[in-house]
Amino acid sequence: MVRRLGWALATAVPLVFLGVFFAWPVLAIVGRGFVSDGALDLSAFADVFTRSRTWRIVGLTLAQASLGTALSVLLGLPGAYVLYRCRFRGRALVRAFVTVPFVLPSVVVGVAFRALLAEGGPLGFLGLDGTFAAIVAALVFFNYALVVRIVGGMWQRLDPRAEEAARALGASPARAFRTVTLPALAPAIASAASMVFLFCATAFGVVLVLGGIRFGTIETEIWIQTTQFLDLRAAAVLSVVQLVVVAAALALAGRSRRRQERALRLRTDADTGHRLTLVARRGGGLRPGPDALPAALTAAVVVGLLGLPLAGLVVRSFRTPDGGWGLANYVNLGTTGGDNALTVTVWEATENSLRTAVDATVMAVVVGTLVALVVSRRPRRRAARRAVNLFDALFMLPLGVSAVTVGFGFLITLNRPPLDLRTSAVLVPIAQAVVAVPMVVRTVLPVLRAIDPRLREAAATLRASPGRVLATVDGPFLVRALGLAIGFAFAVSLGEFGATSFLARPDRPTLPVVIFRLIGRPGAENYGMAMAAAVLLAVLTATVMGVAERLRTKEATEW
Amino acid sequence: MTSTTRRRLARTTAATAAAALALAGCSLGGGDDGGAAADGTGSSTGGGRLTVVTHDSFHLSQDLLDQFEADTGYQLEMVAPGDGGALVNQLILTADSPLGDVVYGIDNSFAARAIDAGVLEPYTSEKLPASAEQYAADDSGSLTPVDMGDVCLNVDHRWFAEKGVPEPTTLEDLTEPAYKDLLVVTNPATSSPGLSFLLATVGAFGEDGWQQYWKDLKANGVKVVEGWSDAYYVDFSGSEGAGPRPIVLSYASSPAAEVPEGGGEPRTGAMLDTCFRQVEYAGVIAGGQNEAGAHAFIDFLLSPEVQADIPGQMYMYPVDDTVELPAAWAEHAPLAEHPFTVDPATINAHREDWIATWSDIVTG
Repeated sequence: MVRRLGWALATAVPLVFLGVFFAWPVLAIVGRGFVSDGALDLSAFADVFTRSRTWRIVGLTLAQASLGTALSVLLGLPGAYVLYRCRFRGRALVRAFVTVPFVLPSVVVGVAFRALLAEGGPLGFLGLDGTFAAIVAALVFFNYALVVRIVGGMWQRLDPRAEEAARALGASPARAFRTVTLPALAPAIASAASMVFLFCATAFGVVLVLGGIRFGTIETEIWIQTTQFLDLRAAAVLSVVQLVVVAAALALAGRSRRRQERALRLRTDADTGHRLTLVARRGGGLRPGPDALPAALTAAVVVGLLGLPLAGLVVRSFRTPDGGWGLANYVNLGTTGGDNALTVTVWEATENSLRTAVDATVMAVVVGTLVALVVSRRPRRRAARRAVNLFDALFMLPLGVSAVTVGFGFLITLNRPPLDLRTSAVLVPIAQAVVAVPMVVRTVLPVLRAIDPRLREAAATLRASPGRVLATVDGPFLVRALGLAIGFAFAVSLGEFGATSFLARPDRPTLPVVIFRLIGRPGAENYGMAMAAAVLLAVLTATVMGVAERLRTKEATEW
Repeated sequence: MTSTTRRRLARTTAATAAAALALAGCSLGGGDDGGAAADGTGSSTGGGRLTVVTHDSFHLSQDLLDQFEADTGYQLEMVAPGDGGALVNQLILTADSPLGDVVYGIDNSFAARAIDAGVLEPYTSEKLPASAEQYAADDSGSLTPVDMGDVCLNVDHRWFAEKGVPEPTTLEDLTEPAYKDLLVVTNPATSSPGLSFLLATVGAFGEDGWQQYWKDLKANGVKVVEGWSDAYYVDFSGSEGAGPRPIVLSYASSPAAEVPEGGGEPRTGAMLDTCFRQVEYAGVIAGGQNEAGAHAFIDFLLSPEVQADIPGQMYMYPVDDTVELPAAWAEHAPLAEHPFTVDPATINAHREDWIATWSDIVTG
């Protein structure tokens, strides 16, 4: 009885949260597009689908998201291997570094990318400015860390003995990887891929900046139709289309994940991996070692794709307004900018960001962990299993719905007592938490699911209370996965711009909001400050991720 | 698992929870009014609260806002949910349950949409300066002009001097072979200066002529990017000096921000025969809770102190021509003498058509 109540509560709390702060606003705004003069009017579908533009946009969205996902996974796998299975000096630093792009405001990334690719830029000769390739590269830039960290987190805890056994039986390294390691990683890969797909399919700012007028996506189209044209009918149809795409992607990912999922031998302590072997001595000469290829690929991505744009940003942040070099831009972070571009100093905005991120993280981790715990259970009844899968998918949806749709939805739903939150400061962390919950779920869930259910059954037969089963069986795995989840949730919140810019009160802007504002004003001083503030955001993120990792390894040694 | 590890787990969990709670407490508790604001606009009548809805570039000196609160007893609350277009659309969407009492930041390219939707309550301020009357959006007094400015093409003086090419001065010049591949502008569908520039060409060449002009511009290598910052900082050769194109879409006031530290001539200049005049308005939101406060705020925006504050804070010019401009502006950022204009009602009737046609011409 108590047990039932516990699970009911664990299901109800996240559902209410999602219902009030996501489903209701979204349904309300989409509903407006389909109701005219009090009657349901679905003619908008016909209108929108007869435009050739719509089909072009849907095609572009799918192409961009599929390519971005495929490349992120292909490049992210070697990255996960090198950064989580191999030991080398500076590993922690590289791990923290790869997460930085994930949180940078898209307007900064857009400008950084375009500065490299535009005619006259260092890579201008490639002719990539305003091309589809540039968009895909930027999507990989943003999402590489997701794959590296989610897959790496799992890989690190895989018991290496299975692969070693295969090797001992004569399997080549490639074969052992394909037949033993890859299947074990499949759920984590599917988890990461589905999330990357959602982020790519709904990427907004960077597509707008890099793609220009030729490469619209469903997301940019919803934004234009809603904020510029107030064509709610078209926006509603497009929102439905986006939901269908997202739901299909989720269903596909879920199916492939479930087929692969099984109990794994996991280690509770994070395996620190083997030494990175770049060269092997064989015969008299030196040959590339077993890790040479993945290490080279990872180095190419980290230095070329992630490093170059970020380096451009850092270099620029040291150029002073008078054209020389120095720390002037960083000194200026204590001011409100040239001609008072801001209402608060950048430091004050940083404090706002940190406060907001703490609130958002607490909410996201509580809700996300509850969801992951519920979903990690595999009930015997078929209907219950279905319900659990549906529950799982529901919490991914916030990644797949346009921030504009949610933001406009907030405006017309959370506007009357008892829930008049439109001008409240708590709305910002809530909106960020809604986005961060799927991150928490997808980080924690693969680990929980890999726990052998027999462990729980055994504990239960020994008359352990459900709470104790949770604490003793799931607990140790959960705590470690939580380090990463907290890091991600914090990072998402630090970098979130779409919903935040919509909801943040002018007197309490966050760091991405002030960066956006600084970059939108003329004057070398403001531009320099924007660059310095972006570097500050990057350093903050790397630090947060680094600390999250460190917490985890410290706990691991304690056990 | 041994009992020791269990105890450790319990301890760690408790410590984590405590830390999280402490952090959360410090965070929410540290906010000055994070919770108090939850009652929002509903209480505007009670505590003398006045909710001002603005676009996201709103900015005035804090001491002026403090002075307003002290003089009137109203407690100001600012809401800034987006740029000018998004702002108007949000007012329309929330007409049943208004976002606030008074709005500032609707410009002439969206003014007629707000007026037609009936989200504004007419009010004519006694403080309206005579020089502002010419900017009225319509005859009803639904919107009060507060400031204005010109969206103009800017040139990089140094580039033209170095190449020995005469600077272009008119829109027509830009279709000349001498200026091929030199211009970068922004997309009217996603950027407000972009829309203004499209309107400038409508004003210059008429509702029938602007398409041909854009075809010519396209043939002459105009580059279109999405946002002002990316055009100005990436593609433009002036200012930060990185880009290859010496002509960019910006504002008449931009050169004033390019005066080097310590004085001297700015590196850029505005082409004053290519400008579209943008006017920004304030208005009383229909159904708001504090009409008297809304009137007081509009009067406040028209006061000489605020009018003088506007150039430095919002890069716009006061509508009151008796107010003195900052020195750098007077010298380096004059307004256009004959800016292009299009009637707000005409803009409202055609905005979407024009943008769609423009997209076909430029992307097609």
